[in-house]
Amino acid sequence: MPHHAHLEFFLDPSRCIGCQSCVQACSECDTHKGDSMIHLEYIDRSQSVQTVPMVCMHCEQPTCAEVCPADAIKRTGDGIVQSARKPRCIACGNCVMACPFGVPELYIDRQIMMKCDMCYDRTSIGKKPMCATVCPSQALFFGTREQIDALRPQSMPTNRFTFGEQTITTRVNVMVPRHKAPPAPHLDVTSAMDERPQNRTVRLKVVRSEAAVEPRIDDPFGEVEI
Amino acid sequence: MAKIPTSDLAITRAYGPHLSAAVRMGGEPEKLVKTHCCFCGQQCGIQLKVRQNEVIGFEPWDEFPFNRGMLCPKGVKRYLQGSHPDRLQSALRRDPSSPSGFRPMPYTEAIELAARELGRLQEAHGPSSVAVLGGASLTTEKAYLLGKFARVALKTPYIDYNGRLCMVSAGAGNRRAFGIDRVTSPWSDMLETGVVWVAGTNVADCSPITTNYVWQARENGAKVIVQDPRITPIARTCDLYLPVRPGRDAALFAGVLHLLIENADKGWIDRDFIAANTIGFEKAADYCRAWTPARTAEVTGVPERSIRQAAEIWGSARSSFLLHARGIEHHSNGVENVLGAINLVLATGRIGKPNSGYGTIVGQANGQGGREHGQKCDQLPGLRDISNPEHRKYVARIWGIEERDMPGPGVDAYEIFRKIDAGEIKGLLSICFNPKVSLPDSGFVTRALEKLEFYAAIDFFLNDTARHADLVLAGSLQEEDEGTVTQVEGRVIKINQAVEPPGEARQDWRIVQDVARAMGRPKGFDFESPRDIFNELRVASQYGIADYSGITYEKLTEQMGVFWPCPAEDPKTRHPTPNHPGTPRLFEPGSYNPIAKGAGPFYFPDGKARFHAAEYRTPVDDPDESYPLFLTTGRVVSQFLSGTQTRRIGPLVDQYPEPRIEMHPRLAAKHGIADGDWVTCETRRAEITLRAMVVTTIRPDTLFVPYHWAGPKSINRLTVAAQDPISKIPQFKVCACRLRKAAGAPDYTATLEPQQ
Ligand code: SF4
Ligand code: SF4
Ligand code: SF4
Repeated sequence: MPHHAHLEFFLDPSRCIGCQSCVQACSECDTHKGDSMIHLEYIDRSQSVQTVPMVCMHCEQPTCAEVCPADAIKRTGDGIVQSARKPRCIACGNCVMACPFGVPELYIDRQIMMKCDMCYDRTSIGKKPMCATVCPSQALFFGTREQIDALRPQSMPTNRFTFGEQTITTRVNVMVPRHKAPPAPHLDVTSAMDERPQNRTVRLKVVRSEAAVEPRIDDPFGEVEI
Repeated sequence: MAKIPTSDLAITRAYGPHLSAAVRMGGEPEKLVKTHCCFCGQQCGIQLKVRQNEVIGFEPWDEFPFNRGMLCPKGVKRYLQGSHPDRLQSALRRDPSSPSGFRPMPYTEAIELAARELGRLQEAHGPSSVAVLGGASLTTEKAYLLGKFARVALKTPYIDYNGRLCMVSAGAGNRRAFGIDRVTSPWSDMLETGVVWVAGTNVADCSPITTNYVWQARENGAKVIVQDPRITPIARTCDLYLPVRPGRDAALFAGVLHLLIENADKGWIDRDFIAANTIGFEKAADYCRAWTPARTAEVTGVPERSIRQAAEIWGSARSSFLLHARGIEHHSNGVENVLGAINLVLATGRIGKPNSGYGTIVGQANGQGGREHGQKCDQLPGLRDISNPEHRKYVARIWGIEERDMPGPGVDAYEIFRKIDAGEIKGLLSICFNPKVSLPDSGFVTRALEKLEFYAAIDFFLNDTARHADLVLAGSLQEEDEGTVTQVEGRVIKINQAVEPPGEARQDWRIVQDVARAMGRPKGFDFESPRDIFNELRVASQYGIADYSGITYEKLTEQMGVFWPCPAEDPKTRHPTPNHPGTPRLFEPGSYNPIAKGAGPFYFPDGKARFHAAEYRTPVDDPDESYPLFLTTGRVVSQFLSGTQTRRIGPLVDQYPEPRIEMHPRLAAKHGIADGDWVTCETRRAEITLRAMVVTTIRPDTLFVPYHWAGPKSINRLTVAAQDPISKIPQFKVCACRLRKAAGAPDYTATLEPQQ
């Protein structure tokens, strides 16, 4: 049975709680036998609790497949870019270098590239991918465009990305705020503790305001320089 | 004896924790069993893949309405606890001459030994010389049976449970304010609400599925307020973050109520609702008069501006949902904190209506059902009161005993240990409770355990407390038995059996009954299945507050859960109501309950809810010059409670292998500490050396350490045993501490594996 074309993958990093449920569930899939194919990126835990899940974007014209000298990466008729074919893959790593999203990975022990295949064993028979099913915050969502429009009125899916000269259209959508995004949240707890916003310890060097570096007198930790 | 028979290390070598890795059996499962996760209070629906009497994996259960297939990593990997090498498969007897400290013994001999020893102690010292400690992960059937066993077979008042460490403050607050102890609304009421206030609950780590509800509400236009000393993932995208100092929650609620009243003319309080449905508003208003924004800011550490914003967002919302959890409840002032939160809900009248709600997030699988029907020291089935003669009479009749033979109220779990220490209690039977890791000031708990004359533990892994036992009986994992639990929303659900217990392990309810029979007290302990127990429980709960009488196993399966109360008879007309659908939302106008009898929606004779002054008290063991910092504790997403199960599951241990001390970079810099350095945290009771985790997401005056580890990595050696005077919950969430850089890795790192 072909992949259900009306079902799409939506990825919303603003919801990710870094719980790794997706990572744990991906390793349960029958196709990749214990290895997880999803990447969970930690932006910088010392500064933020933000994490970002990354699956294969299943590009319409997959760069990984285009650069593969052995023609080992196949895109199925229903638009899913598969892991490298075992007899063909020569583990050269071209795909790893070329993918603009940083998805494919080389498994040196097995001499093969493996990556997310959108749980082909599941999606090809109408089930949802493992990671999107379990994701407790639904940062990963699998469903129809109508469903996502109804569920996420504040955000919209996008599937066109520009890298330098290259524009890529993907089967996987990333959710972006529909309206102007609020300024990036300042994730130092002290900024919420003080009446006036504290000076940020990390400042752009270019515009330097002298007034902004005065230590706050009523702050017991104000004298500490980091 | 109850002294640990040999070294901890030798026991660990024999009984773990060892890690199970992902062993894939391959091939198709023989069957899929629809059941629920064995861990937290959300009780996600899950299907277990079973082959040759082994759970080999899971398949999401998309239809179950609460989680619709979603699971946290614990749910995903829980199947790895079955067939685990550490799984107890026979009874064990303490034997210091054995290298592992224990020796297996046949099941029947073990039951006889337990019965003989408990009987001997009771004969010599009276029925109250034996205590029972239960667990809030037990099914409601087991909890009911255990309560009956303590009171009917043992005739001891001393039974309590580890839910004491969970939501008793919320329960006590709810009963004081509403007359009933349950979340008011299903989570689906959150989706279209105007504002969600999340107080002292790190939902991302402790109840991950709830993040989807909160964020769906936000997507639909709700504002989100988060009150926590740490920027948790849910705080990352909230509209207002209140970085409250640990232990100051009642003050913060009083400050907000002050502003709501000050702005009453803007409609920030619902005068009509207050007049028609509540009493005691003046008392609360009077108390919060002193809590001006300036004073509230000074005490709580939350800026005045943010307190004003909070009041405005809350006051001007069309509907609201307030959630809290252990962050405000684990305090010696926990009940007052809860009452403070309830005041905000009542003042705005946003309760008993669609799109509005209030509730605590249950931490443990059956925190709700486990106490409603049996194990709590002051309660009888159906949320009945053990001190109330009418209630006693009703339950005594069901149990076939005289009311005068039923013991009165006992004491809380910590007090049981004080009584053991004082020599009053000499024998203990525990089941699925690991107080050595989970109770505060665990050094004291260990010393008390050593004084027991006889200790029998029922468990499926040899947990840290069971190592003290004279006798360990191999009990059952959740997937080895059937029964019901009541999840966070008040929805009763059905746990289905997937596999048989291995070896000589037995289902817990069989063990309890076998002990009763071997003690020569078989009457009332001849149930043949959990269903039989449930049917007696239904009758025992009938006409009570937590009325389960209209719930059947069939209805639970058909409806995928039933919200209690679900009476078998219309309480007004006494006509049978076999099709009663259950009660998802409490306190709807015109709703009937057995206490108010039509006088109003709340569970008091006048049908009205109660405001309370909700006074702030400084925490016991607050920071001073010698211990200048706050220590607070909590969970991480991949581990659960004392880690008995999750510290044995390889992929979960990999995710967060050891506890770390979270601190702000300013504090770290003050002490010359870099991320990953070994640091020592010290309180008035003990000290601990762990690696530092330097993050900007915590208050600079606060340290955070997760509590799932045992022995030298157990933070509860440091916490204080101060308790709330009403709920007796220990004050886990705050004590005074100091910090220093350690000279190097502590000794234990040379011998202990990461997960231990
Ligand atoms: S399961 Fe969802 S929330 Fe958890 S880490 Fe993965 S994407 Fe993030
Ligand atoms: S879609 Fe399937 S293969 Fe891809 S990351 Fe998710 S779980 Fe893994
Ligand atoms: S631990 Fe809680 S959130 Fe995680 S899967 Fe189990 S019930 Fe669901």
